[in-house]
Amino acid sequence: MAEELLKLQNIYKNFGNVKVLKDVNIKINKGEVVALIGDNGAGKSTLIKVITGVHSPNSGKVFFKEKEVQIKSVAQSRKMGIEAVYQERALCDQQELYRNIFAGREITNSFGFLDIKKQRKEAEKILRDYIGFTSKAITVDSQVMGLSGGEKQGVAFGRSLYFNSDLIVLDEPTMGLSIQETEKVLNFVKGLKNENKSAIFIDHNIIHVYGAADRFIILDRGEVVGEFNKEDISREELVQKMIQLHESGKIKVED
Amino acid sequence: MNNLLNSYFVKTHKLEISITIIAVVLFLIYFLGAPHVFTRFPIYRAFMQSMPFFGIIAISATFVVTLGEIDLSFPSIVGITSLIFGIIMTSTDGNFFIAFILATSLGMFAGLVNGLLVTKIGIPSIVATIGTLFFWRGLVNVISQGSGIAIVDVADGTWHHMIFVEKLFGKIPMQFIWFIVLTGLMQWVYRYHKFGNHIHFVGDNKASAQMMGINVDNVKIIAFVQLGFFSALAGIFTMYEMLYFWPTQGEGLMLTTLAAVFVGGTSVFGGRGTIFGTFIGVLIIGSLESGIVALGLSGFYVKFINGLMITVAVTVYALIQRRKS
Repeated sequence: MAEELLKLQNIYKNFGNVKVLKDVNIKINKGEVVALIGDNGAGKSTLIKVITGVHSPNSGKVFFKEKEVQIKSVAQSRKMGIEAVYQERALCDQQELYRNIFAGREITNSFGFLDIKKQRKEAEKILRDYIGFTSKAITVDSQVMGLSGGEKQGVAFGRSLYFNSDLIVLDEPTMGLSIQETEKVLNFVKGLKNENKSAIFIDHNIIHVYGAADRFIILDRGEVVGEFNKEDISREELVQKMIQLHESGKIKVED
Repeated sequence: MNNLLNSYFVKTHKLEISITIIAVVLFLIYFLGAPHVFTRFPIYRAFMQSMPFFGIIAISATFVVTLGEIDLSFPSIVGITSLIFGIIMTSTDGNFFIAFILATSLGMFAGLVNGLLVTKIGIPSIVATIGTLFFWRGLVNVISQGSGIAIVDVADGTWHHMIFVEKLFGKIPMQFIWFIVLTGLMQWVYRYHKFGNHIHFVGDNKASAQMMGINVDNVKIIAFVQLGFFSALAGIFTMYEMLYFWPTQGEGLMLTTLAAVFVGGTSVFGGRGTIFGTFIGVLIIGSLESGIVALGLSGFYVKFINGLMITVAVTVYALIQRRKS
């Protein structure tokens, strides 16, 4: 039996009158990559924001490493070992890389002043060792706005590895990336398993999802409507399943 | 020369270098156009005397502007805190500590109100602070009933009067020393403290900052609170200089203060700014009136040239920024 890392039990989340998550139950084991699939508005982003502490659920229980927890802030989820990699919004454009990498958990002295030297040194290490940037054009002092989509994603990944988290949450990690960059990202996700780290990720491209994930959870209008292990379903069957759900009208078709 | 232009320092400090060049050119014009005034000390003493009153607020307001927010209420916060300072000073026979603590606390409270209206209620800062601008000035009028307060009897000749506004070595006004020290301190906080760092991230992209674990609301509230504090402080400096409270105190500060911030190169879109730039902006805006008159132009040109300076400066910054992205 695999060791459980994260369990969500009967999670409900409303924004005003809109019920975005309805009785969601999911479980992620150690060393497992789980993909969340579903249309826009299915609640995928909200679900991962509950996990990363951006939103608090209205009701339901969250267990991390088999202990019940209440994730109230991003800072807290990070401390527990949950790291988020958000597409596009992962970094602030006009700030330097070394500041971005440590944003929200700066290395400071006891008066709150930044240890710039140490931040730059550690950022240098992340660029070199975790991301493998060799381009001279990108330094720790570069502003984020000069980076390509893949480079930004690389920085966000590097950051999540550096902080040695147990669960990495990926929101649309391949959106807007070139083919080679996508390949790199998917390899990164596969590589997590070797380190017994877990990941949960959202991607619209079922081909990407199928290649990288061990398990697929289908969300529709805030509810889990299907869950498949990779060994039980082929890629074609999974694609068929999604199309079927669309056509049968059980899944809201985007207009 | 080419090497120098491409150096790291130049690349990362384009704004600061541009504003410094503008200031140097401006002072050269003063110097050449009115040597009889600008080769002598008194004009500089006058600058050092008058600039800190709005300069202190401009430095502090740079934090709020970097957030992509604005505060229009500080002239009235200056008014209400000066009034309270005057009342306490006269009624306690010059108890500086009580007057200082109550006035600055009220300033911080006024900042807190702005911060809560913007973050918790969700009113855009330009609207919220127009409301509090009227509110605090209105309260000044109601309490003071339109009359001023003289603090000359309880403040003149005291040690606090000395450390706030008297002349160091008989030459340098103390408020200018304070202004320099505060500018240095605030620059340090702006670039090298966690709070300053968070200011930049929130101003750059609120949603990203939140996802990176920065408490966006708290950062904004603290920014408004510190501006309330420094507005009160500026009011207290003015009180010591004038030894008098008058009900419109602070009203003239709005445009000069914000002009200094924008001329200094801090982006109105947030995420980017410079305390040093604001400091130079204060030197520019604060010297224009006397400079123009000394050059022999009539006082009618003051606003015109002020407007020209601001427009030229923000245009230059917009062009620099566009070339970058």
